[in-house]
Amino acid sequence: MALPKAKEDALAARLAVLDLPRGGFTKAARVAAMARLQAMGMPGRRDEYWRYTNPALLSDPHPQPATALRVERPIFTGLDKLRVIFTDGVFDAEASDDLTLAGIEISLLSQADAQDIHWAGAVYGTLEEAGQTPVARPLAALNTAAAREGLLIRVTGKAPKPLHISYRASSDTSDVMLHHCVKVEPGAELVLLETGSAGARANVVMEVDVGQSGRLHHIRPQGRAHGRQMATHLFARIASEALFKSFTLTMNGVMTRNEAVIELNGAESVAHIAGAAVGDGDFHHDDTVFVTHAAPGCESRQVFKKVLKNGATGVFQGKILVKQAAQQTDGYQISQSLLLDGDSQFLAKPELEIYADDVKCSHGSTSGAIDETALFYLQSRGVPKRAAQSLLVLAFLAEAIGEIEDERIAEDIRARLEDWLHRHES
Amino acid sequence: MLEIKNLHVKLEEEDKAILKGVDLVVKAGEVHAIMGPNGSGKSTLSYVLAGREGYEVTEGEASLDGAALLEMEPEERAAAGLFLAFQYPVEIPGVGNMTFLRTAVNAQRKARGEEELSAGDFLKLVREKAKQLKIDAEMLKRPVNVGFSGGEKKRNEILQMAMLEPKMCILDETDSGLDVDAMKLVADGVNALRDAGRAFLVITHYQRLLDHIKPDVVHIMAEGRIIRSGGPELALEVENNGYADLLAAEGMGAK
Repeated sequence: MALPKAKEDALAARLAVLDLPRGGFTKAARVAAMARLQAMGMPGRRDEYWRYTNPALLSDPHPQPATALRVERPIFTGLDKLRVIFTDGVFDAEASDDLTLAGIEISLLSQADAQDIHWAGAVYGTLEEAGQTPVARPLAALNTAAAREGLLIRVTGKAPKPLHISYRASSDTSDVMLHHCVKVEPGAELVLLETGSAGARANVVMEVDVGQSGRLHHIRPQGRAHGRQMATHLFARIASEALFKSFTLTMNGVMTRNEAVIELNGAESVAHIAGAAVGDGDFHHDDTVFVTHAAPGCESRQVFKKVLKNGATGVFQGKILVKQAAQQTDGYQISQSLLLDGDSQFLAKPELEIYADDVKCSHGSTSGAIDETALFYLQSRGVPKRAAQSLLVLAFLAEAIGEIEDERIAEDIRARLEDWLHRHES
Repeated sequence: MLEIKNLHVKLEEEDKAILKGVDLVVKAGEVHAIMGPNGSGKSTLSYVLAGREGYEVTEGEASLDGAALLEMEPEERAAAGLFLAFQYPVEIPGVGNMTFLRTAVNAQRKARGEEELSAGDFLKLVREKAKQLKIDAEMLKRPVNVGFSGGEKKRNEILQMAMLEPKMCILDETDSGLDVDAMKLVADGVNALRDAGRAFLVITHYQRLLDHIKPDVVHIMAEGRIIRSGGPELALEVENNGYADLLAAEGMGAK
C-alpha cells in the first residue's frame, strides 16, 4: 500500500539529514529496517498510536534546541558499578571505566559493526522487527537503520556489579541515536542502570533477550533537562523461568515517549515494567507498553504513576495480550495520576486482549487530586503542609518505586524525587 | 491552658451556623468531657480547634496558653502542643506508620527549636510506647492505618499522642467502635499521660468511657452551645435520663 504523501515527505525529509551507515554484521538488519520504515513512514498525528502524543518533536528532521544541564547531579554514587559514558551520543573512553567485567562481554556497536559476524547479529533489529506487529513503531525502525553507536552486552554469568550506561549532553542541538543489544545467557544475571539526558534529542532502542532462568534488572532515571526530547523503545523477549524488571523515572523533559514491547515467550517467566513520572510545566510524558503473554504460567505487571502540575500532560497506553497458549497467565496493570492542579491532564488507554480461558488479569486507571483529609491529618500531627504534600506524593509513587528490588537503588530514586519535589514546591 | 470565648462557626460552603457561642476554659491538669446529642457541634469544635479547612469562624476566639490558636496553621497548633485524636483516623497508603511517627515527632521538635531524635533513640522510644498500648512491630511497619481494625486505629491515635506528648489533648469519640477491652486499653493509654501539665478534652456520646477516664468537669453541648456544665454526676444523669430533660430545660429538643 502506498504511503500518504505527507508521510512520504516527512520520511524523505528525516532521512535527508541522516548519514546512514552501511553496517557490517548489522548490514542486513539495517537494510530490512529501512524497507520497513519506507513501508510505514514516519509517525503522524492521525495514527491511532499517536493519538495522545504529537510525534513532531520526535520525528522532525531536526531537534528543537534544548539547553543542556550544565551539571546533572550524579546518581547511584554510593554503588560500585562499571560506568560507560556517552556524551551527545559519542562514547567517552576517557571518562568511562575499562569495559571489562567478570561474567559479561561488552563491546561498542561502532567498533563491532566493522565485523561480519557478532553474537549480536541474532539480536540487532530482530526484536525490534518482531515488535512492529501488530503496531508500527517507525522511530524504532529508523533507529535500527541509522544508529551508529550503542552497547552490545552479553551476560554470561552473574555480573558482580551493575553496569551503568550514563548519558551526558553538552550540546544544545545534539540529535542522538543509540542502539543497545543485551543478551542474558541462561542463568546469567545483570543489573543495568541507564541514566541522564543523551542529547537535546535522543532516540534510544534497547533490545533485550533474556535466556532461560536469566535475570535482568533495568533501572532508568531519565535526565531532567527541561527542553530535552526523548523517544525510547525497549524490546524484550523473556525465556522460560526468566525475569525482567524495568523501572523508569521521568522528570520534566518537554517530550518523552517511552515504549516497552515485552514478549513472555517461555513458560513461567516474569516481566515487570514500572514508571514514575513527575512533571511541572509544559512537559509531556508518554508511556506506551505492550506486553504479550505467549507461554503458560507467566506473570506480568505494569505499574505507572504520574504526578502532574502546571500544565503537564501524562499519557499511558498499556496493553496486555494473552495468546491462546498462555494459560494460567497472571497479568496486572495499573496506571494512576495525581493531578496537583486543574491545568494538568492524564490520558490513559488501558487495553486487555485475551484468547486463553484460564487467566487472571486485572487492570485499573485513576486520576485524582491530593487527599485533603490525609493532608490535614499529617498537618495536625505537626508536619508542615509542603512536607506533608511531598510525603503524600512519594506515597502515591511508592508502588512504582516498590518495583525496584535493590533497596539502595530505590533509596537513590526516592532521594532524587524528594529533591525534585523540594525544587518544585509551591 | 485552653480558652474558648464566644466561638461562632459556620460551614464555609453554606450559610449554616454550627457553633453558636461556645465558651470553655480548660486548666492544666484537668480532664473535661463534652457530651451531647448527634449534630450538636462536638466534632466541629474539635476540628476548628485543630485547624481543619472548610469552617469559617464568624465570631469569638480560642487560645492555647495565651497564643491565638485560630490564626495558626494546623502544624503550628500541633507544635504549640495541641493534639486531636480523630474520630475516624485517616488511612495513608504508601506512608509507613513508623515514617509517619518519626516525621511528625521530628517536625514538631524542629518547629520548637529542639534537636531531632536520632533513628536509634526514636526506635527505642516508639517500641516502649507501642508495647504499653499492645501495638506490635507489624502494625508499626504497615502503612498508616491501612488495614487496621477499628481498635487498632484508635490505639494508633493514642500512640501518636504518647509520642508527641502534647499539652492539650482532644479526643474525638475515641470510644466509638471499640469493644470493652479495647476501650480499657485506650483509656489506660490516656490515663498514663495524665499529669499536672497536661489537659484533656474528651468528646463522647457515652458515659462508659468516662468510667475509665475520670473527668473533672462534664459539659453538655447542644445546638452549638454548651448548655450545662457540672461534675462527673452530670454524665451519669445523661446516661440514666438521656438528653431530653436537659434540652427541655433550655427550651430545646422535643417540640
